[in-house]
Amino acid sequence: MTAIGATMRNELIGLGGFVERNIYLTRRYILWDIAFMVWTIANTLTIVFIARVENLPKAKENELATILLVGAVIWAFLGIIFEFMTETVAWERWEGTIEYTFMAPVSRTMHLFGQGAYAVLYGLIRATILFFAVSAFIGIHTPNANYLAALGLLAIASVSFIGVGMMTSVLPLISPEKGAQLGFVAQGVMLVVSGVYYPVSVMPHWMQLISKLSPATYVLRGDRASIVHGTGVAWADAWPLLIIAVLSMPIGLAVFTIGERHAKRHGKLKRSG
Amino acid sequence: MSTFAAPRLSTSVRRDVPAVEVDNLTKVFRRRDPKAGRFARRAFPALKEVTFTIERGECVAILGQNGSGKSTLVRLLSTLLLEDGGSARIFGHDAFKEARRIRRLVNRVSVEASFFKKMSAQENLSYAARFYGMTPSQTRTAIPEILQRVGFPPDRRTESMMNLSRGMQQKVALARALLTSPVLLLLDEPTTGLDPRSKLEVQDFVREVRATHDATILLCTHDMAEAEALADRVGLLDRGELLFLEPVADVKRRFGVETLEEAFFAATGRTFEEENHDDELREVFG
Repeated sequence: MTAIGATMRNELIGLGGFVERNIYLTRRYILWDIAFMVWTIANTLTIVFIARVENLPKAKENELATILLVGAVIWAFLGIIFEFMTETVAWERWEGTIEYTFMAPVSRTMHLFGQGAYAVLYGLIRATILFFAVSAFIGIHTPNANYLAALGLLAIASVSFIGVGMMTSVLPLISPEKGAQLGFVAQGVMLVVSGVYYPVSVMPHWMQLISKLSPATYVLRGDRASIVHGTGVAWADAWPLLIIAVLSMPIGLAVFTIGERHAKRHGKLKRSG
Repeated sequence: MSTFAAPRLSTSVRRDVPAVEVDNLTKVFRRRDPKAGRFARRAFPALKEVTFTIERGECVAILGQNGSGKSTLVRLLSTLLLEDGGSARIFGHDAFKEARRIRRLVNRVSVEASFFKKMSAQENLSYAARFYGMTPSQTRTAIPEILQRVGFPPDRRTESMMNLSRGMQQKVALARALLTSPVLLLLDEPTTGLDPRSKLEVQDFVREVRATHDATILLCTHDMAEAEALADRVGLLDRGELLFLEPVADVKRRFGVETLEEAFFAATGRTFEEENHDDELREVFG
């Protein structure tokens, strides 16, 4: 095997190590996962039941319920990716393993991709359970749904979210406590401006401008159209997601690399407590 | 009694150079100093122009109080810190410019066992080994073997780390470090806080590693008896300065004393337990 081949092999095994570790953690915290899943389903039901309050004709009620459900499910999925990425460093600090992970001979690219790959896998399983559980409970019908198009757009959005998450994951590296707090703030801002439960057009103009920067805006719009009306992937939704993905990945990695150097320079790459 | 196989030496390990070459290594931290004012910051030199060499296969102990700079030295050599002056080379590679190469050669055991506490020993070792390129088929046999060698009970391999004693956790930490066959092993107070029996077991294991592995060991400790028992040479790091690094017999001869405690007093004018405000502030980096 050539030197490049051996390096690539080791890097991919390293990436697998992050996925493997997160699988172990999910298994060990499975009761918490079940509890969190039940809570998410209950919370989504409280949102989707709003469609019943309106006294709309049956078809309109079904459409509104689907629109709300798609918003809740997509946000649950993207929120998990964002949380996993943002807390990449925070988890390691809490557990005290940060120094061992950062002194291991695996590149930061594989470290962050490994974390992102598991987040996508985990988020997809949870989102699927959430969608079908709530649909069955409320009796939502989606006869025209184009699930393939919805998944395709979601796949592109996942890459964008991993990239954006990389940028925010640096925050706990620079400031152990305030960084994690800022990550939550960033997630909250994205939730408000992306039109998760309402059209972006109802927001003030300045908020609509910010919404253009959030990948969630495009995937929510596109996936609603695919599931409610059965449309394919619209280029108008795909191109902004592709651009955010292409830009956010290298920028996210560069930002993280700068943050890591800062942490090494100032002695912040260590466990807390 | 079985022994480990010799470590798989990486092709990047040069045999014609010392294992560790540290030259005028300096590290300064800035931190808030409440005594000087609310927003005042003060520079604390954690290491001051430290210079030493460790030959391949040698075991060197660095002694020092809390906050003396031992952990800072280990973190610099582990590529977890960047230097503020001087240089450090590990098997000829620059520790700060060739971090990826260094990481393949080095592993470490620190005072805290540092594991995902809900996960088992088997799981913690398994994922950590992947970062060093070990495949599942390799770790399937290597992990039980290495855990057995450190005296870890096989029936507790799948138990959460949080249910294990400190001594047990430290054995798993040793196993994690050796699983990746490092040619430089950095031991940062590996026996601090252990009960006497666990302490002796860990020390015996370090001796065995020396006898059976092609590993160079840097042991940082404040346990003088441990340093004397395990190391070829003993150094004293005091408030960031390396005061000496010699065989124990030479140290005692130089200061005309019977014990390392007396040598510390002769070299610094203080007792080993004596610390001041600066030492407390410095300790946060340890």
